[in-house]
Amino acid sequence: MKPSGNILFSGVGGQGILLASEITAYALLNSGYDAKKSEVHGMAQRGGSVVAHLRYGPRVYSPLIEPGTADIQVAFEMMEAARYLPFLNQDSVVVVNTQRILPPAVATGKVAYPDNLMAEFENRGIKVIGIDAFDLAKQVGNLRTANVAMVGAMSCFVDLDTEVFLHVIETKVKEQFRDINKKAFLAGHEAAQAK
Amino acid sequence: MTFDGKDKLWLSGNEAIARGAWEAGVSVASGYPGTPSTEIMEYLSSYEGVYTEWAPNEKVGLEVAIGASFAGVRAFATMKHVGMNVAADPLFTAAYTGIRGGLVILTADDPEMHSSQNEQDNRNYAFAAKMPMIEPSDPSEAKEMLALAFELSEENDTPVLFRITTRVAHVKGVVDTAEARERQEASIEKMPAKFVMLPGNARVRRAEIEKRMAALKQKAETLVENRIEQGSAKRGFITAGVSYNYVKEAFPDASILKLGMVWPLPEKKIKEFAASVDELFVVEELDPFLENHIKAMGIACTGKELIPSQGELNSFIVKKSIEPQSIGKVYEPIDLPMRPPNMCAGCPHRGIFYGLSRMKDVFVSGDIGCYTLGFLPPLSAMDSCVCMGASVTVAHGMSKALGEKGKGKIVGILGDSTFMHSGITGLVNSVYNENYTTIIIVDNRTTAMTGHQPNPASGSTIKGEAAHSLNFEKLCTAIGVKHITVVNPHDIDATRKVLKDEVARDEVSVIISRAPCVLLPEEIRRQKPVYFTDLENCTGCQACIRLGCPAISWNPLTPEEALARGYKEKQKGHAMINEAQCVGCGQCAAVCKFEAITLKEEN
Ligand SMILES: Cc1ncc(C[n+]2csc(CCOP(=O)(O)OP(=O)(O)O)c2C)c(N)n1
Repeated sequence: MKPSGNILFSGVGGQGILLASEITAYALLNSGYDAKKSEVHGMAQRGGSVVAHLRYGPRVYSPLIEPGTADIQVAFEMMEAARYLPFLNQDSVVVVNTQRILPPAVATGKVAYPDNLMAEFENRGIKVIGIDAFDLAKQVGNLRTANVAMVGAMSCFVDLDTEVFLHVIETKVKEQFRDINKKAFLAGHEAAQAK
Repeated sequence: MTFDGKDKLWLSGNEAIARGAWEAGVSVASGYPGTPSTEIMEYLSSYEGVYTEWAPNEKVGLEVAIGASFAGVRAFATMKHVGMNVAADPLFTAAYTGIRGGLVILTADDPEMHSSQNEQDNRNYAFAAKMPMIEPSDPSEAKEMLALAFELSEENDTPVLFRITTRVAHVKGVVDTAEARERQEASIEKMPAKFVMLPGNARVRRAEIEKRMAALKQKAETLVENRIEQGSAKRGFITAGVSYNYVKEAFPDASILKLGMVWPLPEKKIKEFAASVDELFVVEELDPFLENHIKAMGIACTGKELIPSQGELNSFIVKKSIEPQSIGKVYEPIDLPMRPPNMCAGCPHRGIFYGLSRMKDVFVSGDIGCYTLGFLPPLSAMDSCVCMGASVTVAHGMSKALGEKGKGKIVGILGDSTFMHSGITGLVNSVYNENYTTIIIVDNRTTAMTGHQPNPASGSTIKGEAAHSLNFEKLCTAIGVKHITVVNPHDIDATRKVLKDEVARDEVSVIISRAPCVLLPEEIRRQKPVYFTDLENCTGCQACIRLGCPAISWNPLTPEEALARGYKEKQKGHAMINEAQCVGCGQCAAVCKFEAITLKEEN
């Protein structure tokens, strides 16, 4: 097992990033790691850029990932993947939900949504896995599980048992949503494995 | 292996502090919301046996805690850093009275201003108010050190300041739990010489402060929370709070003096530590607080010459500042459109700011809350914002400076919680010293910005129990405001008319713009109509786009595409409502002149 690592979650407020990072954190804790997670919240408004830093290892001090040291980035939106490029390095893996959510300046027609953002990673030799998490969630039958599908996709790149994640979903997710979230997780896992 | 959720918990700093307050046997806690402190009181309110409340402002909250302490029980006040400015009056004199039950005052500072209007360093309050200050580095320490803070308070007859920053409050980590300590029995004990701060008594108490701080300075020398981690003698670091973590990661082999109590400082220990290393660095966020005091001891050290005094630190910045040659290249950020937080779809604030955005020569003296987002394009309808309550008073000051020239041009706007926090006294002044401003209270029935805390007008307490709901109309009448109008901000035409009429007045007027926040649970549950864009009728005039609603987007068209859709060739595009996001407020339908936005049920 890797002794320590850094996982960066990014996306747009309201996409369920906090739950996704919580599930991942518990999976790490259950596997015997120390962990720290940092997130900035406090604005009730939806739609702002959101980021969470998750670090694990035998003993974690700093709650913040250093630029250039994220092992994995889980991005819930294309542009919010590219925004955190300085945190990545050549060996990073980016798991990105290919959905596009228009920020105000784009929605009001002031600027265009940047195209071909995937190339920003590929041109730098960074491994990038595009996942249509929205579609996966639709297939399992609940649009709100897109975030857990992303965790499933990400789980292919951390050295943890799939079982550990499923156990966390079993213990941390409300009963009525457990099964559907497990399905979403597995769908995401398979989709990433197929790439 | 399963992470044990019983004696070990995965908690945020704020959750850990709530737990710590409960374990420490706190009986009474009062606070006013403010990022990054808010969740402490929310979590604490779910524990049995602790009285918790939302106060209307931080001064009230601190005074409540002082009162509980005078009654002999442990008391806790929480606030964000700028809240301490509001509470500074009782704060400074509480140092004189000292305490009966342990009193801890928490300040949550926000380096980098993630959600604040300034990044003041409240360690300076410890020095200025002559109180000890404890500063933890992470959630686990936050819980442990809160117990220490209460002990120090009771042992030394002093309020104790407890400082956290965003990266402690909103960081999650593993925390050990303990049993709750028994709560003290409250009682009345009259101690006028200690509690009545008239000059004669205060002079006596003033001398007590000096004695107590001298004793605490001694205590600081042996406190285990002020610990030396002996490493290589080449470099030594003095650090505290979250910065300790960054030093640990940037220079794992170095010697560190970690201060858990940042005021008063252990001079002997610092001198010994300084003598034990070749080169001494002080690493701290924001002000050179430790550094200046260490330099004043006659100790040579390097601090803000290298370490930034603005914004947050992290291990990368610490390394780069001290050992720039060891830093590799990192990718440059890509230039991307910003994604600022936005007023929600259906936000009632939008209606009133839309009206103001159409009144170009009016100066809008703003305030702090979700409605500050009215500053952002496309509404761009806020011209100043200083601190909570300042909307009313800045408007008054402007009107006095402008005289006749400002008539019909000065508006103040503030939220319901902000009005009760510190807008009321300003309005009293506006009436008493007669001006012609219009004050708009955007009453969404909650403290939305910080996550929907109930307030004195919401009709419920922190625990969700029913409470009296303050009546703004009657209050404003009692203050002497003669023109009070209530308007539904979703009614765009009525709102614009009210704005026009009231702003034109020669006397103080108040507009209460009333509609609930769309994120309130009962609003989320409510069945709402949905609007949709009738594309045939859309002329691409962009009137709806100018509302800045996140549920409406602009779909650009080339001339060929426009023609193909049956539009005029020169039509640049059309608007689109995202029906999944629409909550049916109807503001866009009201501004559309071409019947291109219609209620879904009507079709
Ligand atoms: C002195 C001070 N205390 C607390 C805060 C944090 N804060 C910012 S806005 C706000 C309340 C906003 O509530 P309200 O006025 O009702 O407006 P809303 O967000 O609901 O639109 C709070 C508590 C602050 N900025 N300054």
